[in-house]
Amino acid sequence: MKAVASSPPSRGFGYKIRHHFHQYGMLHLMALPTVVWLALFAYWPMFGLIMAFEDYNVQDGFFGSEFVGLKNFEFLFQSQDAWVITRNTVLYNIAFIVLGNVCALGLAIILSEMYFHKTAKVLQTIFILPNFLSITVIALIVYAFLAPTNGFVNAIIQNLGGTKVNWYVTPSIWPFLLVFINLWKGTGYSAVVYLASISGISNEYYEAAMLDGATKLQQIRYITIPNLRFILSIQLIMAVGGMFRGDIGLFYTVTMNNGALYPVTDVIDTYVYRSLTTSQSPGMSVAAGFYQSVVGLILILLSNWVVTKIDADSALF
Amino acid sequence: MAEELKEVREKKGRGSYLNKLTRISPGWNLVLLIFLLILAVIVIVPVALVVVVSLSTAESIALNGYSFLPSEWTLIAYENLLGKGLGTQILQSYIVTIAMTAVGTVLSLFLMSLYAYVLAQRNFPAKRFYTLILFFTMLFSGGLVPSYIVNRQYLHLYDNFWVLVLPGLIAAYNVFILRTFMQSTIPEAMFDAARIDGASDFRIYWQIVLPLCKAGLAVVAMWAIVGRWNDWFTGMLYIENAKLVPLQTMLQKIQNNIDFIKNNSQMKNSVEGASILKSLPGESTRMAIVVISSVPIIFAYPFFQRYFIQGITVGSVKG
Repeated sequence: MKAVASSPPSRGFGYKIRHHFHQYGMLHLMALPTVVWLALFAYWPMFGLIMAFEDYNVQDGFFGSEFVGLKNFEFLFQSQDAWVITRNTVLYNIAFIVLGNVCALGLAIILSEMYFHKTAKVLQTIFILPNFLSITVIALIVYAFLAPTNGFVNAIIQNLGGTKVNWYVTPSIWPFLLVFINLWKGTGYSAVVYLASISGISNEYYEAAMLDGATKLQQIRYITIPNLRFILSIQLIMAVGGMFRGDIGLFYTVTMNNGALYPVTDVIDTYVYRSLTTSQSPGMSVAAGFYQSVVGLILILLSNWVVTKIDADSALF
Repeated sequence: MAEELKEVREKKGRGSYLNKLTRISPGWNLVLLIFLLILAVIVIVPVALVVVVSLSTAESIALNGYSFLPSEWTLIAYENLLGKGLGTQILQSYIVTIAMTAVGTVLSLFLMSLYAYVLAQRNFPAKRFYTLILFFTMLFSGGLVPSYIVNRQYLHLYDNFWVLVLPGLIAAYNVFILRTFMQSTIPEAMFDAARIDGASDFRIYWQIVLPLCKAGLAVVAMWAIVGRWNDWFTGMLYIENAKLVPLQTMLQKIQNNIDFIKNNSQMKNSVEGASILKSLPGESTRMAIVVISSVPIIFAYPFFQRYFIQGITVGSVKG
């Protein structure tokens, strides 16, 4: 059947088209629903980003609103907000990427070295549990500990004779808290992802290393980690691409959207979301969203390019 | 036979725990075990606190705050969930969540696997184009505000059931997992043989590919189910009608209302504020909502667990 595909070049363009659809029509048809979905829900909003350069109003829509050039960006970058939300987003992400991967990798290696096989399985299941909880649920778990009047922590403080602290207006603890919550939620899952890759490494490498007198740490350093470089680099490229994105659940829900905490918890996503819920003009927040998307794209291309230079096989594309 | 072979091959891998030569010493093993048990406690304890609070009486909360050992245990919070008013809303929200999870997951799986089938065809000339338009959505997006405007203003997806389902249907990463899964499970020759027998691509997809890819579908289904069940944000953005509010959104709204009143001193001291506060569920009842909204998703996990590792492994293979 494939032989028919390479039809003689003398045939016309129309014939080729008809022939192509005769052979592949069904495949196009099968792709169609997703293509329509992508057009409506992914690409249309991308073109909607044009509103970052407009004084958007509902009547005139994306392509009719007044064009104002870079005004929205000027407003955004002249305010303190742009700096604060960018700093917060990037710093949290760096902490999440570094600590998250180090902890997950460590946990995966420990799990792979243990030989209480059954116990390791049960532990895995427990470690993954938080990943299945909704962030609203996690927010209430945090609240159970930190609630101003009845929270677990304040109850202990009071029993010890101290005065209660309203944690939800105490910015200093939140950077540590949010990093911890993020680790608590995601480490188990990431560890299992790495563990799946470690399980695929042939034991012969370790036997050979053992015979050559390599210590456990040397084996980890020279066998386990190099064998994970592909999955590690993919995770890293995606994470760097997401450097300008903040999980709205974590930064909005868990902090209970408390204004007193904005200096340390406000990220680009919460900033944009708040502007949607309050009725101010969307200009500045769309500018923030535009800046977030474009920088994200540049970062992902850049990190992929860097990986290509180091080890072409580990690149994403 | 094939199963056994696979098992033997797997046992040779790092995960076999069989090879005595490369084992760590029993002492270290014990140390690591204790370390992991401590970690497991750190993971479980916060969840346990919520469960205990949901079983505590209001008096013991007022007396001791939230604690792991309340002076009095009660099921009253769960009885409240069955009562009129709150009970009706919870039931309604439960139905909305189940409906959007079921419809969303089925549609997601159908569309994504169809598309994955197309991408899995090595000789399809338009494959590159279709891969590219999907892949690009992993790199770039319009973001929240333009999406919100497209959905609400242009597509009229606002305050109706479909807004809870349609916007999240396709996840590019999952499509690629499915594609890789199809390519690695089904030999190219099988497609060709079926085509020579005159089967259309849809028929091959429906009768051959889908049944063979159950494991891959299960992993993607699990992510779709978890994602939908836990989605509070879509409801928060687009739903006003109380009859359409999903469970997690309801939980978030209750918490928002309480915070709003508590943080607003004028409201707090007014009669109106007090009556609203009174009408909202109490602390143990809120924790009970947390418990009943999480139980189904936690119990669903073991069903998927056996496909889980397989799915992760396949997903990490570059295609």
